[in-house]
Amino acid sequence: MTDSWRQPRRLLLVALGALTVFFLMAPTLVVVPMSFTASNALTFPPEGLSTRWYEKMVTDPQWSTGFLNSAKVAFLTAILATVLGTLAALGTVRGRFPGRGAVNGLILSPLIVPVIIIAIGMFSVFVRWKITGSIVGLVLAHTALAVPFVVVNVATSLRSMDRNLEQAAQSLGAGPVRTFRRITLPLILPGVLAGGLFAFITSWDEVVVSIFLTSARFRTLPVEMWEQVRQVVDPTVAAVSTTLLAVTTTLLLLAFVVRRQAPAR
Amino acid sequence: MTTAGRPIDGSSERLDRPALVLRGLEKSFGDVPAVDGVDLEVRQGEFITLLGPSGSGKTTTLRMIAGFTRQSAGTIEIDGADMSQVPPYRRDVGMIFQNYALFPHMTAAENIAFPLEMRRASRSEIRRRVAEALALVKLEGFGGRYPRQLSGGQQQRIAFARAVVFHPRLLLMDEPLGALDKKLREALQLEVMHISRQLGATVIYVTHDQEEALVMSDRIAIFNRGRIEQLGRGEDLYDRPVSLFVADFIGDSNILRGWFERDGDGGWLVRDASRWRVGAAATARAALDGDRAAALVVRPERLRIVDPGDAGAAAAGANTVEASVRDVLYLGSIRKYELTLPDEQTATVRQQVGGNERVWQPGARVRLTWAVDDEVLVSDPGGRPSRPGDVPTAPLA
Ligand SMILES: Nc1ncnc2c1ncn2[C@@H]1O[C@H](COP(=O)(O)OP(=O)(O)OP(=O)(O)O)[C@@H](O)[C@H]1O
Ligand SMILES: [Mg+2]
Repeated sequence: MTDSWRQPRRLLLVALGALTVFFLMAPTLVVVPMSFTASNALTFPPEGLSTRWYEKMVTDPQWSTGFLNSAKVAFLTAILATVLGTLAALGTVRGRFPGRGAVNGLILSPLIVPVIIIAIGMFSVFVRWKITGSIVGLVLAHTALAVPFVVVNVATSLRSMDRNLEQAAQSLGAGPVRTFRRITLPLILPGVLAGGLFAFITSWDEVVVSIFLTSARFRTLPVEMWEQVRQVVDPTVAAVSTTLLAVTTTLLLLAFVVRRQAPAR
Repeated sequence: MTTAGRPIDGSSERLDRPALVLRGLEKSFGDVPAVDGVDLEVRQGEFITLLGPSGSGKTTTLRMIAGFTRQSAGTIEIDGADMSQVPPYRRDVGMIFQNYALFPHMTAAENIAFPLEMRRASRSEIRRRVAEALALVKLEGFGGRYPRQLSGGQQQRIAFARAVVFHPRLLLMDEPLGALDKKLREALQLEVMHISRQLGATVIYVTHDQEEALVMSDRIAIFNRGRIEQLGRGEDLYDRPVSLFVADFIGDSNILRGWFERDGDGGWLVRDASRWRVGAAATARAALDGDRAAALVVRPERLRIVDPGDAGAAAAGANTVEASVRDVLYLGSIRKYELTLPDEQTATVRQQVGGNERVWQPGARVRLTWAVDDEVLVSDPGGRPSRPGDVPTAPLA
């Protein structure tokens, strides 16, 4: 049997793959040229070339506040989720207690449960606690969504780490705290940092839960976009989308680079 | 820090006290006993090796001493202090792992400094002692390298320096040289042994290489199924094994299995048509009653090959057995004979090569002879369950 029929089949496969990638990427990437349009309408292909919508994004207080709010929430979420997620990973990977599997499943459940259900649940509880429309409520909610990413990353690092190293540290006189600070933490740091970046991204582009937990006075960037798109369709949205996309992509790439810095052996 | 102030040169009362005492130590994983009643007393400055087949409980014992594994029963005392409530980081026990376990994110010098930092030593003292430790393992100038920039043997030396730099009360090593090639292993055996002696360290060393154990140790504990089968100097184990297991495990042995019959202070080992005399000393050491399965152990260099017609040796009260030569292996300073005994068992004989000794050829029918004093009697739990039927009533000789 020969390449005579294999060659076209290969070509077909490549074409199909390229098409799939195109369909996945096109709707996202189409906003990039659209954001540089000179016209007042969101059109594709864009008419003319200008950066006026970026100027508007930066100067319009509604957008800049949203931007700032998003950054604040994502930053706090990243910190909180990294600390909690690292501790949770240590507990579930190293701990020996009954129901360990169940606890692990519970921690990872936000990855599986539909976000809208989480949003409704949180909304009804947070209303009672009176923390809707506040940064506290949103950070708590986003932390719950982001913790699984930290746990998965840190757990992977922990599992690939030589346990003898911790025992060696102990035999050399380091108690549990110093063993963690001097040995474990430096060695799982790539996993922790990658987890933190994923946590930041999770919060940064989260919209469903945010819609429930924000208010007119406190909005994050994705929520602001959602509100604006429903009213005026102004190319600023495209500029904001492009910025959002750029930040997310950069952080993702960074996370992958960090992740590859496996502890040196 | 509980241990920082401990004097490095042991006071006299410390020297009288055993460095380590294990009593009735047991560990089960589920229902499987991994360590099944180990008793051991180690003197200050002694080099003890735990030797035994895979799965016999050596590592588990070591990990209990270090405190990484909690015993199911029994006690561990280090320098007279009970360790049952003491976590590993307060036991003041240096441990060397088979895979070195150097901290990959620290340089060699930082690795060695780690235990000193944990004991809050001053900066200048740390610098001085790290330099000393590097000199001790002959790696001056390598302090700035990371573990991945060092060869296996160098990593092992750094691991050793790190484990001794704080003068631990005990030094535990679990097959530290197992991953190295033979030549390097032999060089490091001597080095580890000399440095340990020089420091006066008490060492518990695990290996399953019997030669390594014989070379390095003051005493060897032979492990079998979670117990110490025999504890003693290499010579004791070689010359006076207490069991078939030890005889088989240490060195080459010729084992004649049979049925033991008491006769006065000594006795006879009977097998089929053969009958060998057992001396009073061997009988007393084995502490065996008559009428039970037993075996005689004779080392290959204690056997002599004589002409089958040569009755001289037998007449002098020595034991003999007929054999035929199967292989002759010339090994330089010695010649090794593999022989077949009448019942298809094999025997090994080592003959010094001198130049004028008689050399036997494969296929030759010969007689093996050995002095009664050169044999060891051990019980044979796996031997015949009952007395064999028709045995000659008179001794062969
Ligand atoms: N964590 C554990 N869980 C269950 N069983 C274990 C565990 N550690 C050891 N064992 C069992 O205990 C027994 C003794 O193991 P141990 O590691 O002490 O043997 P060893 O003498 O060190 O053998 P080797 O020479 O192969 O290193 C083995 O049967 C082993 O399977
Ligand atoms: Mg072992």
